[in-house]
Amino acid sequence: MLMPCSHLRPRPGALRSLVALPVLMLLGACNAVVLDPAGDVAAQQRDLVLISTGLMLLIIVPVMALTVLFAWRYRAANKAARYEPDWDHSTQLELIIWAAPLLIIICLGALTWVSTHLLDPYRPLGRVSAGQALSKQAQAQPLEVQVVALDWKWLFFYPEYGIATVNELAAPVDRPIRFRITSSSVMNSFYIPALAGQIYAMPGMETKLHAVINKPGNYVGFSANYSGAGFSGMRFRFHGLSDADFGAWVQNARTKGGALDRAAYLKLERPSENVPVQRFARVEPGLYDAALNMCVEPGKMCMHDMMQIDAKGGLGMAAVHNVRALSYDKYARRGSSGAAVLGSNAAYVGALCSPGDAKAMLALRHDRPVPLPDPGGLIGAGLPQPGRTPSIASLDAPAIL
Amino acid sequence: MDTPNAADFVPVSPIFGRFTLESLPLHEPIVVATFAVVALGGAALVGALTYYRVWGYLWKEWFTSVDHKKIGIMYMILGIIMLLRGFADAIMMRLQQAIAFNGSEGYLNAHHYDQVFTAHGVIMIFFVAMPLVTGLMNYVVPLQIGARDVSFPFLNNFSFWMTTAGAVIIMMSLFVGEFATTGWLAYPPLSGIGYSPGVGVDYYIWGLQVAGVGTTLSGINLIATIVKMRAPGMGMMKMPVFTWTSLCTNILIVASFPVLTAVLALLTLDRYVGTNFFTNDFGGNPMMYVNLIWIWGHPEVYILILPLFGVFSEVTSTFSGKRLFGYTSMVYATVVITILAYVVWLHHFFTMGSGASVNSFFGITTMVISIPTGAKIFNWLFTMYRGRIRFELPMMWTVAFMLTFVVGGMTGVLLAVPPADFVLHNSLFLVAHFHNVIIGGVLFGLFAGINYWAPKAIGFRLDPVWGKRSFWLWVVGFWVAFMPLYVLGLMGVTRRMRVFDDPSYQIWFQVAALGAFMIAGGIACMLIQFYVSFRNRHALRDGSGDPWEGRTLEWSTSSPPPDYNFAFTPVVHDNDAWSDMKARGYDRPLDGYRPIHMPSNTGTGVILSGLSIVFGAAMVWYVWWLAGLSFAGILLVAIGHTFNYKRDFHIPAKTVADTEAARTRLLMAEAR
Repeated sequence: MLMPCSHLRPRPGALRSLVALPVLMLLGACNAVVLDPAGDVAAQQRDLVLISTGLMLLIIVPVMALTVLFAWRYRAANKAARYEPDWDHSTQLELIIWAAPLLIIICLGALTWVSTHLLDPYRPLGRVSAGQALSKQAQAQPLEVQVVALDWKWLFFYPEYGIATVNELAAPVDRPIRFRITSSSVMNSFYIPALAGQIYAMPGMETKLHAVINKPGNYVGFSANYSGAGFSGMRFRFHGLSDADFGAWVQNARTKGGALDRAAYLKLERPSENVPVQRFARVEPGLYDAALNMCVEPGKMCMHDMMQIDAKGGLGMAAVHNVRALSYDKYARRGSSGAAVLGSNAAYVGALCSPGDAKAMLALRHDRPVPLPDPGGLIGAGLPQPGRTPSIASLDAPAIL
Repeated sequence: MDTPNAADFVPVSPIFGRFTLESLPLHEPIVVATFAVVALGGAALVGALTYYRVWGYLWKEWFTSVDHKKIGIMYMILGIIMLLRGFADAIMMRLQQAIAFNGSEGYLNAHHYDQVFTAHGVIMIFFVAMPLVTGLMNYVVPLQIGARDVSFPFLNNFSFWMTTAGAVIIMMSLFVGEFATTGWLAYPPLSGIGYSPGVGVDYYIWGLQVAGVGTTLSGINLIATIVKMRAPGMGMMKMPVFTWTSLCTNILIVASFPVLTAVLALLTLDRYVGTNFFTNDFGGNPMMYVNLIWIWGHPEVYILILPLFGVFSEVTSTFSGKRLFGYTSMVYATVVITILAYVVWLHHFFTMGSGASVNSFFGITTMVISIPTGAKIFNWLFTMYRGRIRFELPMMWTVAFMLTFVVGGMTGVLLAVPPADFVLHNSLFLVAHFHNVIIGGVLFGLFAGINYWAPKAIGFRLDPVWGKRSFWLWVVGFWVAFMPLYVLGLMGVTRRMRVFDDPSYQIWFQVAALGAFMIAGGIACMLIQFYVSFRNRHALRDGSGDPWEGRTLEWSTSSPPPDYNFAFTPVVHDNDAWSDMKARGYDRPLDGYRPIHMPSNTGTGVILSGLSIVFGAAMVWYVWWLAGLSFAGILLVAIGHTFNYKRDFHIPAKTVADTEAARTRLLMAEAR
């Protein structure tokens, strides 16, 4: 037989093991990590896969058996079988053939509703593993890991420890982990099959994942959404460690790692493939938030500021002047200018961090008076109050921040 | 203000746009070799056609034809040719993944491999499955409803040529420039100008836009045909099931393809004029693209499968020698699927972080679709029950479908459970699932349909010996090729990978490659089947017009049918109209023929399609003058065509009488 692996691990659970026995004989044996995970969330997802499959087999197996039976029994050569060419309706049968799938789907639908809510990646964990509840304290203090998908490697921040790593992730066994996930350029999907289901990493957006690892070990993680040329090498190791080992792992990063500031991040962000593990002992505060809001480059307005300004009605025509040409951005690393052939040059929105910034922005076109809507008390304040004539002089007022 | 780096810009020449000699992929030996083979083959074909002087015949009888039967056959030929291209891509992927282990990079670099899997998906869906399905509907529907042609015969010809134009634009990318390296749905930001500055995504956009015109128009045409042109007496609930499923499919086409057109237009604006619909900056959001493309994409799945559900219904009923069990519930199931197809799109991206309630909603709506689908399976099952099943090729494909498709359906419902999808999404399990339903459902159905209606279309049955060889290689090959992918998915292997570091995967990929080669054998046997059938056409001839004891109206006319389909429009009294007519002792009328009003052939469709290819290529390469010129040309030719008043003629009663007399002689010869 073609099995590349040898050990067989039947699983407990009556319905599960009964219906899934053949599958497990084939797969439990073969590092089928999805069916034999080491994290509680993935284990519950595995259970759901097996239970759903079992429920559906209740109808699939009879259908396949009947297909073969009818095909054989009513073959033309078998003249002994009954032949009723005009029989085309039976209310009872119709009821059964609509009701049987309906019943299965009602069960499966209920299961779906409940499990989708229970296993919602955004939902903080309620337990460490089956039969092991989570203490209040542990619930309140999960290990936070901030994940940034770069081209083509993974960057992990540990705000609690002030360290960061590339392509290596570790967590103490049985401690809940809260992932905050984003991407620097294109869509990826953050997936450690042994730990929990995947969730997309998307630029300018944040997704969350709650998970826990129950067994020490060295697991594989990767991007599960194609993201370009270096996609195949976008893999990392995930270590489930005992508390002591995890402490040593953090210490190792602290002693051996370098510093990760904005400049180093921008260098790291450039495309590279099959990147070896890197560790950083010191991390510039706020770097993850800047990556999430796509404003690591100095002078670029952060997404959350932009959205707040827009929610208040925007800056009107004035905002048109607050656009600067890009001299460097991640586009360049894929060999393009990022500019559309018939459009203007690639650009970005300038940050408004101080009254000086706003003044500079308006100074670009101060030959025309620009009506400004009320920006509210946001960043970018220092713009004139409604009703007042906007003039460069009035912008010298102190910020309301 | 910072000045952008001038070196970053692609130079756009006013004459050649961004095309330079370096755009030709001369540095890729595989592509050059392919080109050499294609060029030699093409030259040989053109030479042969010229030598045998068939160009005039092809132009007059086929290219300019507005006959739905000929257009249907041309769609089928297009689909089969493109199947060879799409399958070549599949074999390349299987080989790459079978050998790229233990530090080996395989034989394809990332740039090439990424184009291959993108092209495979795009070609198989848009230029194999769609033309084959459309071709089948085009050929069969008017015959089944007793009509002489579709509602808008010229539009039909134009639609076919636009689909072909899209295929040509996509094929052009193989040898001139590159194709997209984004995956078949081209999600931004990856497909945006910043991350995909080359011509690949533009080929994708213009190829699909041009073909989309054809698809949408053909949808409108077939809806009008089915609604307005049914034979007298054929109420909606007396339509053959294939016609019903075609109606629903075309409603889906008309209601969903405009969404694809719009979303591609928005992507075009982002790429060409610098708007920010789907960019990360300036308030754009790529998730909007993902939503829109799947609002088209999910109905598309049902566009493909519904007509084949119709084929299976016709085939099961005919070869079981029985009325279809539960006709009414079959029709309602089809309609329910049509409606539900619009409320499930989000299940393609449960993992993008929608809330639990949204995910549950879309998960449950998806499962609900399996209820009418399940009812259909049972209906076929109970059609076989107490029948007299003749296992001719179409019926063999149908049974293979029933046994294969239920597995694909089951894994599909499994993927509809959001927490299960979190561990299986984008994995090879997913890849195995959708191939399970598309090959096991759509392709098996097409093969059933081709073998079923071939005698009607070409006048002789297809050779059963080679057909059975093809059948077994396909069916076994499918299981061998895709079951390993289910296993790999459960081992946590994701799709679109080019190289692997875990050696335990390799054996499964090797088995899958073996399966792919068996399928290659299946395709080869099918081509041999066509050839052998043509060689033995006299022995396989169908003189009766009704080789399978058919039940619907297409079997009441000759094989192949005359240009006018029916000398007299049939009158329908029951479902399975032809069965009913035979049971009541139908006598073919032998005189009283009248002249028949017919549409004239026109070359306008071919010309518009050629101009569209030029326009698409010019837009891809930024050759603005040519784009402007060809677009103006399209408008002029289209307007010019409205002044063409020579668009119809009458077949004289004498010709009809002669044709029908010939058929009478043939029928008498058959009877003897």
